[in-house]
Parts: sequence; C-alpha cells; structure tokens
Amino acid sequence: MTEATRFDVLIVGAGPAGLAAASAAAASGASVGIVDENGIPGGQIHRASGGKANPEVRVQLLELGKKGVKIVCGTTVIDAPSAGVIVGLGQLGVTRFEYQKLILAVGARELFLPFPGWTLPNVMGVGGLQALVKAGLDVRGKKIVVAGSGPLLIAVGAYLKQHGATVMAIAEQASMSRLAKFTLTLAKYPSKLKQGATLMCGIGRLIQHEAWVEHADGIDKLESVKLNKLPGRIQCDYLACAFGFVPNLELPSLLECQISNGLVKVDEWQTTSLEGVFCAGEPTGIGGIELSAVEGKIAGFAATGQIDRARALFGERQRWRVFAQELDKAFSHRKELKSLASPETVVCRCEDVKACDLSKWESARAAKLHTRCGMGPCQGRICGPATRFLYGWEHGAVRPPLVPTSLSGLESDDPTSCNQIN
Amino acid sequence: MANPITIRIDGKAMLVNAGTSAAAAILNSGVSGVRRSVSGEPRGPVCGMGVCYECRATIDGVLHQRSCMVTCTDGMEISTDD
Repeated sequence: MTEATRFDVLIVGAGPAGLAAASAAAASGASVGIVDENGIPGGQIHRASGGKANPEVRVQLLELGKKGVKIVCGTTVIDAPSAGVIVGLGQLGVTRFEYQKLILAVGARELFLPFPGWTLPNVMGVGGLQALVKAGLDVRGKKIVVAGSGPLLIAVGAYLKQHGATVMAIAEQASMSRLAKFTLTLAKYPSKLKQGATLMCGIGRLIQHEAWVEHADGIDKLESVKLNKLPGRIQCDYLACAFGFVPNLELPSLLECQISNGLVKVDEWQTTSLEGVFCAGEPTGIGGIELSAVEGKIAGFAATGQIDRARALFGERQRWRVFAQELDKAFSHRKELKSLASPETVVCRCEDVKACDLSKWESARAAKLHTRCGMGPCQGRICGPATRFLYGWEHGAVRPPLVPTSLSGLESDDPTSCNQIN
Repeated sequence: MANPITIRIDGKAMLVNAGTSAAAAILNSGVSGVRRSVSGEPRGPVCGMGVCYECRATIDGVLHQRSCMVTCTDGMEISTDD
C-alpha cells in the first residue's frame, strides 16, 4: 500500500461540506485526503461544467493544493471492511484508504415521486437535467416543463432559459401562501433574498402554485405533460421533475452510524455515534450550501482538535439551521403527492415493480422479498425514498459493495484489498 | 465547436465538445431511450449524477456503464439499447 492512501483525516465527498472540512482540517497540519466519485471536485451544486471545475471550486482547490490536501476523484467508496479502513473503486480497481478520523460529506440526491409516465425517456430530475446540460446536453430551442418542489425549480428554470431552452411552465406543489411566508423570512438572509429576487424576475411568471404533473405521455419518449392546474396537455421535449432532496445514507449506514428519522445523528462537533467519524452537510439535514459548508468547517476543525475554531462557528451553523427549517416548512410535501401514481405506475424502475404490486405489502423487506423492489442496480436509491414517502416504509441495513461492482473491478495489485470485499 | 472530438454512437460518427458526458452525447444524437428495462420499456437518464443507473450503455465494449459518469474521449464507441 502506498503512503498516499493513508491519512490523518479522510473525507468522503468533494462538495461544499467536504471541501470546507478539508480546508479546516488541513489548517492543523494534519494529512488530509478527499475521495469523490465524480471526475472533477465540486459536488452537485458546484458541478463541473464543460469538463472544467466551477470557478469558485477552482479557487478552493488551489488553496487546498497549497495545504497539501490530496483529492482522489473518480473513486466510489464501496466498502468499510474494518475500523479505520474504507475501500474505493475507481477505473484502476480498488484502493484501500486508511484514516485516523473520517468525515462523511456524502451529500444528497433528488427525491423522485412516481406518477404515470415518469419512466418515459426525457423525464428526468431537476438537478438531473441541469447536470446533463452542464455535461454538454444541448437544450437550445427545447421546450421544457419544470415540476416538483423547492427553490431548485426556479434556479434550474432560469438556468435552462439562459441556455436557450423555452421553459413552458414551472409547477411547484407548495402553496402561494406558504411561499409568501417563506419570502418574509428571507429578509433575515439578504444574500438569499437577492438570489431569489433575481431569479424570479426572469421566470416568476411561469410558476404555478399547488401544481403538479398528473401524467406525462408519449410513445417511447416524452411528448407532453398534463398539469393539474392547466387545461390541456403541454407539448414538450423534456420534463424536469423532483421533489427536493434526500440524504445519501448508504455509507453512514454501512459504518453503522446512528440514523434517526432519515438523518445521520451528530453532536455539536458533527461527531456521529461512532468515535472518530464525523458527518457534515446534507446527511445531517437538508440545508443547502451554506449550512453544508459551515458544518464541514466545524467537522474539520473538531476532527483535528481545533476546538475553539469549531466553537466559533456554532452561531453561524444555527442561523443556517433555522433557514433550513424554514425551507422545509415552506416546501413540505402535500398529501396529494401520495396519490399521483396509478396502480399501473412503475415504482421500482430497476425491477419494474408497479404500485399495485407494492401496496399490498406492509414493509420494505416484505416487498423486497416478494417483488424484488429495491434489488436492482440502484439498490433502492430511487424507489427507497419514494416508498418511504408513499407507504412509510423504513429501509434496513446496507451491505457491501455499496454500488454494483464487476468481479474484474475488484482485481487489484494489492491482494489484501481484494480479500476485504465480502 | 471548441476542441471537438469524434465518437461513435451505435455506429454513427458524431462530433462532441471535449468534456461532454456520454449520456449528454447520446441525447444530443437524438437517441432518448438509452436502454431497455427488465420488462422492455425504453429508459433514459434521470438523476444525471450516477445514482439511478437508468442511463447504462455499453462504452468501449464495457457493459452497463453509467453514461452520465463517463466523459467522452476521442474514438469512444457507445452502444445503446442493450
């Protein structure tokens, strides 16, 4: 094993929380490493565009480089075989990473809720479509409906318009009155107020409130969308639809960090229930980039004994936690969303399990055993949060490897690392 | 087009910008259904970030690659609908 894979502080995830954690931890002189699945650091909100890191991320990367932080990209964590060791899978096979302290900054994914037609090609996530545009998808002249819930709808609507698309409608499930209340609280967060106002100027008139997609239609690909609020179908090329975010809990679950109410439980130092394992950002509660960054800093400082510097950030963290609570209230999911799927709607996309075949079971485990729901390549990452919302199902323990892994992918120069894969 | 590179999608040659993902290139080529589901439905990219596995394609002979996580390289061969 090479020295490069042994760190005082190892961080999983190179998004806002992970990069902030690295900077804080490196200030102590500790050796710091980051592992990230994507080819370029930045995470999702600062996702690379056109093959280049986001400009803000580039500034951070320069600073981290000077501090000697090593970033390993294109590597997915697939196992945690023993205390102080995680295993990553990249293009060149598996790598063992050893650490004294571990910071989980593993981010979130979009919440997708099934509705008739949601499996048609060209129906995708809101962040999903934006990520594809950043990766070179040409949307010039394309007609796009944006739907679901959350501030991302407006941000992505504006982004798509800026990239030459025609945004036909933005369907937000939350009510106008809730969002009006939320806007009032924004006065306490001037940067957010300004951001929101700028976006709304461009596309505010396209927003429908208490609106959702009743069905998406097309033969072999999306052709039109029917919203509950508008008569007639909207002809379109893409539908971007997602209902906010859910944390990525697979690695924290594998490590057996305590998870409560769908979130990784942390103390004031961002320490999980496992000694020496910290968690920052979305897995501790969906809060956005500012909360993620401040939690990352606290975790980085705390993991390296810089207690006073960590404590100095508690106030800022609290401020953004309150903001997160306001967001959560404003965009809380209405009960109508539970009945969007028809009995024939596929819920588990990997195994094509329909709603009518799931609703008769009383737990995720029973459904899994009888229908294969959640047993496909995504391992329940998409249908799990959906069945939690639809049926209240909790999901059990995860097992390695955390992502589908070919046997050849497990081959490595280091025979000991192969043996670590169960 | 800045730094165009040549790839082939289902045998058809296509120019793409450097930095384009295989998933974006497939959609730009006019193909929407990247793969078939277990019951034969056409499916395309959903999450755009490597989570959903709906954009799987055969890339340079390797089956089941998440095309949204793969950046096009010169001469890349992508095959859909497997």
